[in-house]
Amino acid sequence: MGPLDHVDLAAIWLTLKLASVTTVLLLLIGTPIAWWLARTRSRLKGPIGAVVALPLVLPPTVLGFYLLVAMGPNGFVGQMTQSMGLGTLPFTFAGLVVASVFYSMPFVVQPLQNAFEAIGNRPMEAAATLRAGPWDTFFNVVLPLSKPGFVTAGILGFAHTVGEFGVVLMIGGNIPEKTRVVSVQIYDHVEAMEYTQAHWLSGGMLLFSFLVLLALYSSRLKQNWRG
Amino acid sequence: MIGEAEILLEMSECARTGVVTMNRAQEKGIHARFQVRYPGFALDVDLHLPGRGVTALFGHSGSGKTTCLRCVAGLEQAGIGLLEVNGECWQDSAAGVFVPTHKRPLGYVFQEASLFPHLSVRRNLEFGMKRVASSTRKVSWGQAVDLLGIGHLLERMPDNLSGGERQRVGMARALLTSPRLLLMDEPLAALDLKRKQEILPYLERLHDELDIPVLYVSHSPDEVARLADHVVLLDQGRVVAQGGLVETLARLDLPTAFTEDAGVVVEAVVGDHDDQYHLTRLDFEGGSVLVARRPEAFGQRLRFRVHARDVSLARVPAERSSITNVLSAVVMEVVDADTPAHVLVRLDASGTPLLARITRRSADQLAVSTGERLWAQIKTVALLG
Repeated sequence: MGPLDHVDLAAIWLTLKLASVTTVLLLLIGTPIAWWLARTRSRLKGPIGAVVALPLVLPPTVLGFYLLVAMGPNGFVGQMTQSMGLGTLPFTFAGLVVASVFYSMPFVVQPLQNAFEAIGNRPMEAAATLRAGPWDTFFNVVLPLSKPGFVTAGILGFAHTVGEFGVVLMIGGNIPEKTRVVSVQIYDHVEAMEYTQAHWLSGGMLLFSFLVLLALYSSRLKQNWRG
Repeated sequence: MIGEAEILLEMSECARTGVVTMNRAQEKGIHARFQVRYPGFALDVDLHLPGRGVTALFGHSGSGKTTCLRCVAGLEQAGIGLLEVNGECWQDSAAGVFVPTHKRPLGYVFQEASLFPHLSVRRNLEFGMKRVASSTRKVSWGQAVDLLGIGHLLERMPDNLSGGERQRVGMARALLTSPRLLLMDEPLAALDLKRKQEILPYLERLHDELDIPVLYVSHSPDEVARLADHVVLLDQGRVVAQGGLVETLARLDLPTAFTEDAGVVVEAVVGDHDDQYHLTRLDFEGGSVLVARRPEAFGQRLRFRVHARDVSLARVPAERSSITNVLSAVVMEVVDADTPAHVLVRLDASGTPLLARITRRSADQLAVSTGERLWAQIKTVALLG
């Protein structure tokens, strides 16, 4: 890899690791949230839905700032992690993961919520009349029927985490091989006038993002034609 | 206060029987009482149904029949509800008992089949069957598949089935859970006439060959007349009448909604075939009628429907008339019909009830009154099946 040195490669590796861990966590956390949002008649549906969607409109620096304060030595999360002997989260990989989970949450929850809503009540009722309890129904009817929603949620969550910058800078700073992801590395290269490397990384990101979206949209198109 | 106390007394009874289910399992019958309130609609019913045969919940759309069925299934939870099925307590709101749907031994056929689109027909059928302990399976795979004629569809996906095929798979899927009560919510309503004709024979076989009580929701008088043994008439969330099919349909004290299409159902057997005129004689209690030649063999049972508007009355039997079917009958009751110009006459033709819808003018001219013996001329009989 001529133009990319080992620092660049470490940034790419770190980015992929961060996006993977975040996506897995988001699918685990986002599924019950999306399920609740899709099924509830509670008055809390509006406020909770809005909170989940906040990262769509907030400047990443605002989110990063509050997370930094909360996870810092004097914040309530920071106090908690310290009392558990974990130290504080900012400027660590774990801190980045936490921040990314918040930041990419809507990109996972919303496709899942749409998928769950599209299934409607009927398949669940049919399953209940066929002796399937709630968990049985969820794993054997809801999950298979919402597979396209999970694929979309996973792709968007991953891609969006790969593309984050502001939150990473606020929470993770710029520590090579620990918190320096590709987007930050590009920023560094440009600051240092290393345009060749900046081009290689930026070009790679552009290609990656395009391919992800291409895969997503062409699979959707196919579904529409079939339906 | 007294009324309330009575309700509580009766409800706690169900809870007690729930505990000693086994002892009372021999008790046949379904007792259902539901009170549900929705914005703009209230359901308030108290049903005592036989624990066998087909019971039709019959009424117009908005009468609450589907809500009632969903309450029985537990898909809807009535605020005040009591439900006992053949000695087992499924719901007793007074005692806080509510058995969730998936623990009720019932089968449910939805109006739109509602097959799982991600599973093949075979796996749709297996879905319910494999969730039932094999010791309690009474309906075998082969029995259900043959009964509904779906053997050639097993490897297909639901998307590639016709509406009628989907509905048959839906019925087989419900049967394969060996339900102790089969609930059907207008299983034919979403189908065109041709598909209906295709499915009705399967429903009749189900009725004849399996000893599973069925609750059948329908707004079609013909379906009800053809399939049901027992009928519950619902109107605006209330029970208007319930009882045996023949007696209930011949009642005159029903709201107009049910009398504008009034008529009776007669159970008959094929008595004889007349090859010269291509006619078939159908015998029933108190008489017989001739109809166009039927394919059924001698001795086979058939139901037919006689609409009140197709029955005219005469003092003397018409000698020169094209009407073939004339029965001697005694007037039991005369009441107002759906229009001021008509009256409805309930007759007894030696054991078989008949209804006639005639003009008030004719009724006066013939001096139709209770106890008179008249001749009922039947213009057409509608054969069911």
